[in-house]
Amino acid sequence: MSDVLLEVKGLKIEATAYPPGEAPHNITIVEDVSFTVDKGKVLGLIGESGAGKSTIGLSAMAYGRGGVRITGGTVMVNGRDVLQAGPAGLRSLRGREVTYVAQSAAAAFNPAKKLMEQVIEATLHHKLMSREEAEARAIALFARLGLPNPEKIGNRYPHQVSGGQLQRVMTAMALCPKPDLVVFDEPTTALDVTTQIEVLAAIKEAIVDTGVAALYITHDLAVVAQVADHIMVLRGGKMVEYGTTDHIINTPTQAYTQELVSVRSINHKEKIGGAPVLSVKGITARYRGTKFDVLKDVTVDLPEAQTLAIVGESGSGKSTLARVITGLLPPKSGEIIFNGRTLAPDFNARSRDDLREVQMIYQMADVAMNPRQTVGTIIGRPLEFYFGLRGDAKKQRIQELLDEIEMGEGFIDRYPAELSGGQKQRVCIARALAAKPKMIICDEVTSALDPLVADGILKLLLNLQKIENVAYLFITHDLATVRAIADSIAVMYQGRVVRYGSKTEVLSPPFDDYTDLLLSSVPEMQLGWLERTIATRKMDAAGN
Amino acid sequence: MRIPLPAAIGLFFTGLYFFMAIFAGWIAPYGMAEIVGDRWEPWSWAHPLGTDSIGRDLLSRMIWGGQTTIFVATMGTILSFSMGSILGFVAAVKGGWVDQFLSRMIDLMMSIPSLISALVVLSVMPVTLPVLIVVMGVLDATRVFRLSRAVAVDITVMDYVEAARLRGERQMWIIFREILPNALSPLIAEMGLRFIFMVLFISTLSFLGLGVQPPMADWGGIVKENREAIVYGIPAALVPAFAISSLAISVNLVADWVLNRTTSLKGGRG
Amino acid sequence: MHPVLKLLVQRIALGLILLLAASVLIFVGTQILPGDVAQSILGQGATPETLANLRAELGLNDPPLTRYLNWLFAALQGDLGTALTNGQDIASSMGKRLGNTLFLAVCAAVVAVPLAIILGLIAVRYQGRWPDRVISTITLATVSVPEFLLGYIAIFVLSVQFRVFPSLATVYDGMPFMDRLDAIALPVIVLVLVVLGHMMRMTRAAILNVMESAYVETAELKGLRKFTIIARHALPNAIAPVVNVVMLNLAYLVVGVVVVEVVFVYPGMGQYLVDHVSKRDVPVVQACGLVFAAVYIGLNLVADIISILSNPRLRHPK
Repeated sequence: MSDVLLEVKGLKIEATAYPPGEAPHNITIVEDVSFTVDKGKVLGLIGESGAGKSTIGLSAMAYGRGGVRITGGTVMVNGRDVLQAGPAGLRSLRGREVTYVAQSAAAAFNPAKKLMEQVIEATLHHKLMSREEAEARAIALFARLGLPNPEKIGNRYPHQVSGGQLQRVMTAMALCPKPDLVVFDEPTTALDVTTQIEVLAAIKEAIVDTGVAALYITHDLAVVAQVADHIMVLRGGKMVEYGTTDHIINTPTQAYTQELVSVRSINHKEKIGGAPVLSVKGITARYRGTKFDVLKDVTVDLPEAQTLAIVGESGSGKSTLARVITGLLPPKSGEIIFNGRTLAPDFNARSRDDLREVQMIYQMADVAMNPRQTVGTIIGRPLEFYFGLRGDAKKQRIQELLDEIEMGEGFIDRYPAELSGGQKQRVCIARALAAKPKMIICDEVTSALDPLVADGILKLLLNLQKIENVAYLFITHDLATVRAIADSIAVMYQGRVVRYGSKTEVLSPPFDDYTDLLLSSVPEMQLGWLERTIATRKMDAAGN
Repeated sequence: MRIPLPAAIGLFFTGLYFFMAIFAGWIAPYGMAEIVGDRWEPWSWAHPLGTDSIGRDLLSRMIWGGQTTIFVATMGTILSFSMGSILGFVAAVKGGWVDQFLSRMIDLMMSIPSLISALVVLSVMPVTLPVLIVVMGVLDATRVFRLSRAVAVDITVMDYVEAARLRGERQMWIIFREILPNALSPLIAEMGLRFIFMVLFISTLSFLGLGVQPPMADWGGIVKENREAIVYGIPAALVPAFAISSLAISVNLVADWVLNRTTSLKGGRG
Repeated sequence: MHPVLKLLVQRIALGLILLLAASVLIFVGTQILPGDVAQSILGQGATPETLANLRAELGLNDPPLTRYLNWLFAALQGDLGTALTNGQDIASSMGKRLGNTLFLAVCAAVVAVPLAIILGLIAVRYQGRWPDRVISTITLATVSVPEFLLGYIAIFVLSVQFRVFPSLATVYDGMPFMDRLDAIALPVIVLVLVVLGHMMRMTRAAILNVMESAYVETAELKGLRKFTIIARHALPNAIAPVVNVVMLNLAYLVVGVVVVEVVFVYPGMGQYLVDHVSKRDVPVVQACGLVFAAVYIGLNLVADIISILSNPRLRHPK
């Protein structure tokens, strides 16, 4: 009896593209992918967005989402080629031998039905157990996955349960019918960092307990290193490297894999001290019409030409702090001192120079640029508006800025829709620089980018800081980024600054409880890290 | 530029009707009120569409009628569109109580169907072309308001509008350079639909006797004049009715095409 | 208080306020022109004294607010005034006609609603293939065509050429039911076509929206049969949007009824209103306007209530 559960050979997947105004044509999404998964083993599929990981994962169930077609190769599950199975064969396979955990649990559950009913649905449909047995198994799984109130939680509706809990319920749903293989499609990507780690641990325990095999899809190499026995690296629908986790993490052979492994290894020596260009003193703020303070007595300094990283999860108030500093949300109390003078709380009351010296770069570059303006117009407007540059002088300065962001002259007449994610963000950086600011607020500017692209942006920002002597207020939830780029750090939790100081100070023990939780939630690219961390944690995550 | 077949057909007929409307005076064989024959003569070379209920050449009446219908519909569309979109944009950009007030007023006006409102008002006003245009324009502006406000609100929350605000740009600049270019595509497509609605609306009003008054002709009125003949199998009333529908369908096809094309423009809003 | 109850009460209150405001609007709409009602009744040759007398008799000299309140209170008690043209009590003239119109509308609705839902389901099942395209083209045509064209085509084809149904929809009291159905068959057909176009497009969109949800995919990946997926997962979530669509489109019926009654000379509310608009009989116009507005607002209210009641987030708060 072979131990091989899933065997994929020469998989080819295509789709039809419908570019407006042209004839539709075929594009190949996945080409010549082969791998095997043994019983009880976990294979991690890793790659950047667009690499085809989800598509390959779904092909294990012979399913193509959104018009995608599997056109070549074989997919053998338990010795049968599922690509040749008819509709009845597929219905027998799905939900019984192979199950699926989707990326967004909130969307994957039927909002009109209770959770228990959906969790045991597949099990009952395939007549694997009686209803009492299925419910008992479900409750046992809920408990194993660390859900609160396992007996009662099945009676709730999806919207009554938090995101992290819903993800665990979905995992229970996938494990209930005792499948041979579970496909985990980015199960923790949408969760907060501190919650992610607990869900990840719960999933790993469940996998080990039930002895099920798994395909674990993610873009985060550090995450997959914790759960997988083997890893396959994908790029553009093709295999780059395939081997044991140990091999991939510690001795990768391909250049792309090596890049992925060494991500965030930027070394930046922190600078200490210096006159502050920005002083935030005792800022308390709340949104109009709400009853609680979003920011409570926040005080931080940002020295000239340095980077202050504001770290926190969703709800910590870090983005609100940016809105207060830019003047979009006048604070209840406290003041903001910039360049020696107090800034008016409302941006409408600030002078043009005040506005010019504080610039902002946004998280989603797609919506941060007017889609109907060319790159040249976008970068050129601040030049016109602040400095009155026109004609050749303006064109030349645009050129210089494009050089600084490492993009060539040909980009002046391009539209944002024609640029890649990284290029879009670079143009936003150039737009900010065009104003010759003293400080740039970077609001999660790398969070929406792939790891390698994000790396490039961070390196660029560090370079520009040296050349232009500009200070950064760097808002992020990602500690790895913080390590790479910050000179000083402020950790925020529920509207307060819980820890503040230079990078070395903040990142060295002894820690307060929250910082300890936060730091321990960032997956390291080492085997066995997960087990060690869960054992030594002191504080429970907010259960998001 | 490849134009798909439906859009081409639409463009052709729309163009044809507009051409006919503009050059009516030169094209129509007879005057609008000239009596040239017996009642309801069948189709002949002299009168390609026959004659109407009192012996006027139907083809000429159709051409003159087309001019009136298209003129009223166009003016009405221009009025409803300018009123609706300006108010919609103002509501979206200003927000606050301005937005609340305008939205509530529009909700109220929309709680009574347009036809009923038009009938109520026309029961006391003199039924002249300007009055008709104003009544229809104001009533339809409510729908344009809803759409343009929704489009503008969608755009106003984008980060690039906030970036422009933070730069210190003036309100007018933001509206015209940041918001408007991105709102054009859905608005232009909507303009086509509003025009169709205007054509149907004025035709319905005329058909009910409350639109364009004789001796002036418009397509709805011509239907009304010839309706008794239907029972005798004389299709005279169907001719203007077909003209109305074909114009409506043609503009629909063109509007669909415009919407598809401008969605594909570099980053244009769909 | 349960949030659903609170929302319902709010919505109903809003509906009542809207109705009140609509009544103001209707009243104001007929008072725009200072142009003299008395003048238009008595004509050009009236002497100043007779005009003054008529004005006093009609209460035209009272301030507008008084007149409005008088009218409103009377209406709330069921007295809609008397017609200027023939002095008859409006409420009783309207009574029979309202019944006729409602009968026509209900018959049309009973045919149109199931048809729209079935066609919508077919269009989604065969999405992109020829049944879908055919249905889309036909609905495009019916939406672009004025109601009276449909009416006259129907008359021309079914009444004149093929003599299936009568071209005039004459109904009278005490008419046997089958005869009544025969008389209104054509106007019902036309009304159905009028409403079907809009309704079908929107049911198709609503059903498609639900079918493309992530949870339908989840059900498919559990290996459930297509039918089970539709019945157990799609349908419960589609009912609310579809009902909403139906309610909103029934409002189209309100407008369509007016034209159809005129085309077929059917003794209903629409015919009543149009006749008296050209005669400038203001009290009748006001009364009819109020009734139509009330029905329209009522239908929209029901649509909103159904939306509220069927939202699981509201029924089971956290």
